[in-house]
Amino acid sequence: MQPTDIHDPDYFHKVVDCQWACPAHTPVPEYIRLIADGRYADAFMINWKSNVFPGILGRTCDRPCEPACRRGRVEDEPVAICRLKRVAADFKGDVSDRMPPLTTTRNGKKIAIIGAGPASLTVARDLAPLGYHLVIFDSDKRAGGMIRSQIPKFRLPEEVIDEEVGYITAMGPEMRLGQRIDSLKAVLEEDYDAIFVGTGAPRGRDLPIPGRQDAAANIHIGIDWLSSVSFGHISKIGKRVIVLGGGNTAMDCCRSARRLGGDDVKVIVRSGFEEMKASPWEKEDAMGEDIPILNMLVPIAFIHEDAKLVGMTFDKVKAEYDARGRRNLVSTGEEPVFHACDDVLIAVGQENAFPWIERDIGITFDDRWDMPVVNETTFQATLANVFFGGDAAFGPKNIIWAVAHGHQAAISIHKFCQNEDVAVRPPPGVTIVSQKMGIHEWSYDNNVSLDLRFKVPHRDKFAALSDIKAEVELGFDLKQAFAEAQRCLNCDIQTVFDDKLCIECDACVDICPVDSISFTANGEEADLRTRLSAPATDLTQAIYVSKNLKTGRVMAKDEDVCLHCGLCAERCPTGAWDMERFLIDVAQAESACCK
Amino acid sequence: MTFIPKPKLHHPDLQKNALGLTRRDYEGPVSTLCAGCGHDSISAAIVKACFELDIEPHRVAKMSGIGCSSKTPTYFLGASHGFNSVHGRMPSVATGANLANKDLIYLGVSGDGDSASIGIGQFAHAMRRGVNMVYIVENNGVYGLTKGQFSATSDKGAKSKRGVVNSDEAIDLVGMALQLGATFVARSFSGDKGQLVPLIEAALQHKGIAFIDCLSPCVAFNNHEGSTKSFDYVREHNEALNALDVITGRPEITVDYAPGTLEMVMQHDGSVLQLRKLHQSYDVHDRVAALTYMQERAAAGEIVTGLLYVDPNPRDLHAHLKTVDKPLNALDEMALVPGARALDRINAGLR
Repeated sequence: MQPTDIHDPDYFHKVVDCQWACPAHTPVPEYIRLIADGRYADAFMINWKSNVFPGILGRTCDRPCEPACRRGRVEDEPVAICRLKRVAADFKGDVSDRMPPLTTTRNGKKIAIIGAGPASLTVARDLAPLGYHLVIFDSDKRAGGMIRSQIPKFRLPEEVIDEEVGYITAMGPEMRLGQRIDSLKAVLEEDYDAIFVGTGAPRGRDLPIPGRQDAAANIHIGIDWLSSVSFGHISKIGKRVIVLGGGNTAMDCCRSARRLGGDDVKVIVRSGFEEMKASPWEKEDAMGEDIPILNMLVPIAFIHEDAKLVGMTFDKVKAEYDARGRRNLVSTGEEPVFHACDDVLIAVGQENAFPWIERDIGITFDDRWDMPVVNETTFQATLANVFFGGDAAFGPKNIIWAVAHGHQAAISIHKFCQNEDVAVRPPPGVTIVSQKMGIHEWSYDNNVSLDLRFKVPHRDKFAALSDIKAEVELGFDLKQAFAEAQRCLNCDIQTVFDDKLCIECDACVDICPVDSISFTANGEEADLRTRLSAPATDLTQAIYVSKNLKTGRVMAKDEDVCLHCGLCAERCPTGAWDMERFLIDVAQAESACCK
Repeated sequence: MTFIPKPKLHHPDLQKNALGLTRRDYEGPVSTLCAGCGHDSISAAIVKACFELDIEPHRVAKMSGIGCSSKTPTYFLGASHGFNSVHGRMPSVATGANLANKDLIYLGVSGDGDSASIGIGQFAHAMRRGVNMVYIVENNGVYGLTKGQFSATSDKGAKSKRGVVNSDEAIDLVGMALQLGATFVARSFSGDKGQLVPLIEAALQHKGIAFIDCLSPCVAFNNHEGSTKSFDYVREHNEALNALDVITGRPEITVDYAPGTLEMVMQHDGSVLQLRKLHQSYDVHDRVAALTYMQERAAAGEIVTGLLYVDPNPRDLHAHLKTVDKPLNALDEMALVPGARALDRINAGLR
């Protein structure tokens, strides 16, 4: 193998698995250390810079970081990264003086932002300090988009949305709320330099099976129903409720129904339990509220008597896999199953809808999905001054993806408005600094905690179910937060090796608790991976290879399960190993342009 | 020294041996020796050897004296017995312990000061009596604990860190062990676990005195230009005689040596040592030739390593003394105080 180029910013970035997995590349270990240090406002600001909605995401994020967390590979569970983010938000105090000041100097460019959801607000947050005149449109009267309309208040209190949306609206964008855009052509005819479309995936999929129209009064589309609940238009539901669908919307629907009078609420899913799209913790929370999840049942019909819904019939299926490994749900041939109910909530998916974008204005739509053709890096449409982001760009994803899209779109809009090539992306800012303080003293806590993951305390079930606005999760207290923060392995504190200093004494090999380090003859990667102290089977994890050493061997370190405990550096007699903090600051609009 | 304990977390694929223990279960607390000390590598080699041989930790007694080397038993086999004796007296204590309970595995760890200076008389007698034990000397040629004076194994002409040249002749422990009748004699290097681990395994299986002289560079006081016990010097002058594989029934350990002729050495207990000879003419069963060869190569400035001599049918102290099969500490009162009639019988035999 060639010696590893540790100066490539991606190399050490990949070692910080959580940050690499995060679409917005939030520097997770950095803010977790600040939480352990009691610096909650600093931790919050790192999050705010990177993911814009720490308090919101600390409650609702899909957490791609957690399955990636290295801790999950050396013990049972990853660090509770998401809930620690909430800790930063809960205990930060007043941070208003840390927010960017209101920009008074305008740069003369005017941007229309359609939709006031997370992607749009991110674009606004990134562009406002640069002097853009931003105009945000939304059909709802309050900004926030799906964050406000679809996420139940018992998961995300209104005040948190108000606060974090408020930081952005306070930056001076012109808010045209309650104003629905019905024609993009009309917007294009106005004097905007660029337009950002962040209108989400606003249409819930229906289930056109027999009885759908006849019993329509008691059959609701999940996201529309959630939004009506959210805005107070609906405050009760029948005693027996069936929720169709296995995603997070279905989990929000069933738990909301439990709080609005549903005593007998059940979720019925076509697929198996494991294949459900809902996050494991959301399924767990639903089942904890006495909501059974019934699997492998495909809806046949809505059954009604005198135009009133009485229940549903389902076909019992089993999964069969064809030669290509694709799953087919095949009827077991048993009698249809009947489940009585008073109401049905359909949460079987969301779709994009762009009836308001004319097809003759230069924006190409693909034939298959009728979605706009959007560049995956620049988020630019085929019409150069129109950009898409969030669910509007590539279909339904999660808030953190919308934020990441927003950052990239903001960079593109800024470059576009400054007449720069949007395809040339700004490089990240990288700093790497030794953490050595003394002979065996580091400026981070290298002692690895053996605690198992702490559970976030919940509100008493009876109290939680009797008030739809009462937040179920209470968040970690400071003692729990500290202990959970200590579980972080500090993967951003990198092991940096200097081949010129190494005397090949084996001290690092002997001390390494996870057998990461080997000194051996170099070879092709596939061969080298089998000859290390412990076989390196995870091909997604890099092998750090040094130049040739005095004996002709190389140092080869498997990054996979390194605990970043620094013992290799402590036991190194010559300082060939050092622990260095790697901070990568993914570029945002403010640093996008050369001018 | 390192202040934090070595984290208990381990590699998810860490192997278990026949006892269900992992290699980590054979470790001790984190070492307090200087970073990079060769002795820590020897400790790691002992850990690996005991793990691979499926040795029950409670069947091992770690014996040591005083010095950097003699501190190391704290840092391996945390679940074994241990005796840290006074300076240089480890061989006598080990002899006594072995006499009392021959069922334990005795692992003596000593240094060049402990064995070649203050304890040289003790060392000599353990060799000639053939105490069934492994006797490892962690040899760095320097008194590390007292800031780097030459020790008795320091080569004549070697230069100290301060630039002083050693004018005294070195004691060659390997030569002494051979002369005094040790039945297993080897020399190795802390920086070469591929060679050292199988040697320790073979020594642990040897039913007699097994002596390993292990060069172990002192990174603090004896790893400089002019030293003859530094990493660089030993690597440059290392002349490996053979490579050893101990056949334990588990997947073969690959050693980083070129293949040579194979020689199988059947041991008394049925275990097999597989020697890959790197020097065709060298015979590991010829004590006299071994002594001659050692002296020749030493004169040529080479450090000969590997298995130097082994007697496949060793006799140990208990065989010499014709003790009973049962360990003496397990003999009950009936056996120890056989009564007046037995005494009469003995007396009658002497009349």
